[in-house]
Amino acid sequence: MPPMTRRDFLAAGGALVVSFSLFPVTSGAQETDKPRLPGSLEGTPLLDSWIRIDADGGVTVFTGKVEFGQGIKTALIQVAAEELMVQPRRIRLITADTARTPDEGYTAGSQSMQHSATAILNAAAQVRAIVVGLAAQRFATSAESLTVQDGTIRAPDGRSVSYGELVKGQDLHVPAAPQSPLRDPSKRTVMGTPMQRVDIPAKIVGAPAYVHDLRLPGMVHARVVRPPSYGALLRSFDSAKVSALPGVLKIARDGNHLAVIAEREYQALAAARALAAVTRWMERPALPVQADIDGHIQRLPAQTTVIADGTGAPAGAGPGVIEARYLRPYQMHGSIGPSCAVALYKDDALTIWTHSQGVYPLQRAVSEMLRLPAERVRCIHMEGAGCYGHNGADDAGADAALLAMTYPGRPVRVQWMREDEHAWEPYGPAMISNARARMDTKGNVTEWQYEVWSNTHNARPGPAGNLAPAWHLQKPFERPAPQPAPQPAGGGDRNAIPLYKFGNVRVLHHFIPEMPLRVSALRALGAYMNIFSIEGFVDELAGAAQADPVDFRLRYLEDPRARDVITTAAERFGWKNYQRRRNCGKGFAFARYKNLASYTAIACEIELDRDNGRVRMLRAVAAIDSGEAVNPDGIRNQIEGGILQSLSWTLYEAVSFDTTRITSRDWSTYPILRFQNLPDHIEVHVINRPGQPFLGTGETAQGPTAAAVANALADASGTRLRELPLSQRRVKAALPP
Amino acid sequence: MITLQVNGKAHAIDAEPSTPLLYVLRDHLQLNGAKFGCGLGQCGACTVMLDGRAVFSCLVPISALPDRPIKTVEGLGTLDNPGPLQRAFIEEQAAQCGYCIPGMMMRAQALLERNPSPSITEIKAHLQPHLCRCGTHMRIVRAIQRAAREMKNAPAAGTGGTTRR
Repeated sequence: MPPMTRRDFLAAGGALVVSFSLFPVTSGAQETDKPRLPGSLEGTPLLDSWIRIDADGGVTVFTGKVEFGQGIKTALIQVAAEELMVQPRRIRLITADTARTPDEGYTAGSQSMQHSATAILNAAAQVRAIVVGLAAQRFATSAESLTVQDGTIRAPDGRSVSYGELVKGQDLHVPAAPQSPLRDPSKRTVMGTPMQRVDIPAKIVGAPAYVHDLRLPGMVHARVVRPPSYGALLRSFDSAKVSALPGVLKIARDGNHLAVIAEREYQALAAARALAAVTRWMERPALPVQADIDGHIQRLPAQTTVIADGTGAPAGAGPGVIEARYLRPYQMHGSIGPSCAVALYKDDALTIWTHSQGVYPLQRAVSEMLRLPAERVRCIHMEGAGCYGHNGADDAGADAALLAMTYPGRPVRVQWMREDEHAWEPYGPAMISNARARMDTKGNVTEWQYEVWSNTHNARPGPAGNLAPAWHLQKPFERPAPQPAPQPAGGGDRNAIPLYKFGNVRVLHHFIPEMPLRVSALRALGAYMNIFSIEGFVDELAGAAQADPVDFRLRYLEDPRARDVITTAAERFGWKNYQRRRNCGKGFAFARYKNLASYTAIACEIELDRDNGRVRMLRAVAAIDSGEAVNPDGIRNQIEGGILQSLSWTLYEAVSFDTTRITSRDWSTYPILRFQNLPDHIEVHVINRPGQPFLGTGETAQGPTAAAVANALADASGTRLRELPLSQRRVKAALPP
Repeated sequence: MITLQVNGKAHAIDAEPSTPLLYVLRDHLQLNGAKFGCGLGQCGACTVMLDGRAVFSCLVPISALPDRPIKTVEGLGTLDNPGPLQRAFIEEQAAQCGYCIPGMMMRAQALLERNPSPSITEIKAHLQPHLCRCGTHMRIVRAIQRAAREMKNAPAAGTGGTTRR
């Protein structure tokens, strides 16, 4: 890292010592007009909650966010290294742990950069200013005359001192200031440069990397014998034979929650299978008919909110009126590693090692479920397999907690089986949308109306009633009444308002509280469906206006950053000069995630096999602007992954069920993308905006990918499909014979 | 007692003969590389090498395995001295959550030992039994191509772990 010059200091504000002296040790009085602190500093303002410097110069950074393969650890280390002016390898990062780190809620919504990186960026700048101020005092010189290189501060006369020596006996237990002496964004040395992910080496050599790999002394293994359907009641089981199996330590039953604990993992699995074989459940057909799920959902009581209150478009077939209806099935997170947790109840305290996205909410939920004070429940995050939202992680934590209470003194490891994850994870909700617009004779969209029907997209713990194991207890917990997430971020109505400057835009959100299948947050929430719908419909309007889909979009967009990603993706794809090959087509889509976060445009080409209806993406070109880019390769990896995951959702995926049970119970009954259906090429262009706020990346590709694929399929086939997934069977049926 | 040859070492295992290899690797030998994914041979996360071929360790009972060479991702190298395939995955940053990766690497290693210059089509066909949910597929294919190139440049490196560059 190059030394920091006096010029850098001045560019960064030049008031480092002053800002240090302004830190109040206590901040009692001025509660009223206190300016907001940046990012998660607002909720956790003390600097030493985020950054500690050891006497040996090592730096420890704390975050309440968690790693699940999105690369957040690496990006946070880069941010801290940049503003602290130390090499990234000096930094040790501690992630979410209720005993050690700030409470930053869930790691969700593509918000870790906005929340945690913003807090760490500012905290690091303020800590550096404090330390440089201490050096200036020690050397009896001005802060501006000092240079910093990798945690060592040098005076012009050659004297030097390390951060570690300076902070000895000093107090960083001070609240952050609203303003930070941030470095000049044009002088970045670590942020904006690709850095290899810090978590990858352990994962590829088989070092312990996941909660699944945690082996505590004396640890025992458990399996839950889960009900075969949501409301199934445990009638009877025969414990005698199972108790006698090798290694079995305990059969634990609490109401409909049945589990077996054994010394060895495979003994637990064998015993659970034996137990399942001698367990009788009472089930009833309580699920709707899958083929009618859209009709069923639309018939349920709805709370309707008008989220954009223009006059809308007229019903019925008037001149220039176009209308279309879109459907999305229930879809799975489908983590490759079924959920897992370890819990230990010892000395009146419970510790849970979990891959939950929110250790503090899980702490509250488990505390409520066990009627144990929250201060006696500690949740420590360890990685799991990628989750992409609210999967079985919290439930596995609850299973482990329940079993640890019945088997105190030894750590209990609970591993979900494949069918537990498939059948019990909360799905991304089935959704219905309806779009209607009127165009004048010049091809201008003069009226626009869009409606979306959806369950909640957030049934996460916090409340114990959102833990599936808590439903099964002798004293069960009721599911809390779901609430719609407010605009502008929204839930089912996320991205339901078009960014395009159409006339008379009216948008209705029909929130359906009753949940026929268990649902919660799946990557991008309602944005996946709303962008699929809106961007597909915009293509239909462009077609009716005989306009190029990219030109048509640009006609209605003023935001220069939106226009930038669109033109970049179109140019790099070769949109204008596209040479159509037989049975191929191109498609385009754009969205600004949540209408307030990052901008993503995707152009893709697909190939259609008319004989069997099979669709394959040939290539995709994406452009993304997520504000200041910290780890550009991390952003590319997330967008590539988002494109492929959304491609899988869009072409193949729908949870199947009969009127009693979920029937998608493994990968043969819920197929996803495999290698032979890969595109040939994916290219991601990151538009970096140094100095601009972080906008997040993780969920932004989901919606645009779906729409781009559907638009390309319409282009290739001449037939538009509006029901997800765009399965081989459905495509084949839609093609002219 | 059943004796298993894992990563070049013999281990006497006290477990039911019907126990699938996966559980012995993870629970008895405390190896993390092979992962539980489905228990059905549908996802590939548990893949290891047996007699030089890729197998689903969740399906193979240990009774079938005495004295046959088993290799897991731990046998390809270490944190301090990663093998060529591991280096290629790091260079290409070919992981997100990484849970599926060791299984993929073992099938790729088996492929490269038989076919040092696989085409992209061959790599994809070979990896067809494996699932990745993060969507890292493109990088995984690139990492295997890179490893193939590097193994050809330094042929002795094919065994992994013990070689240095």
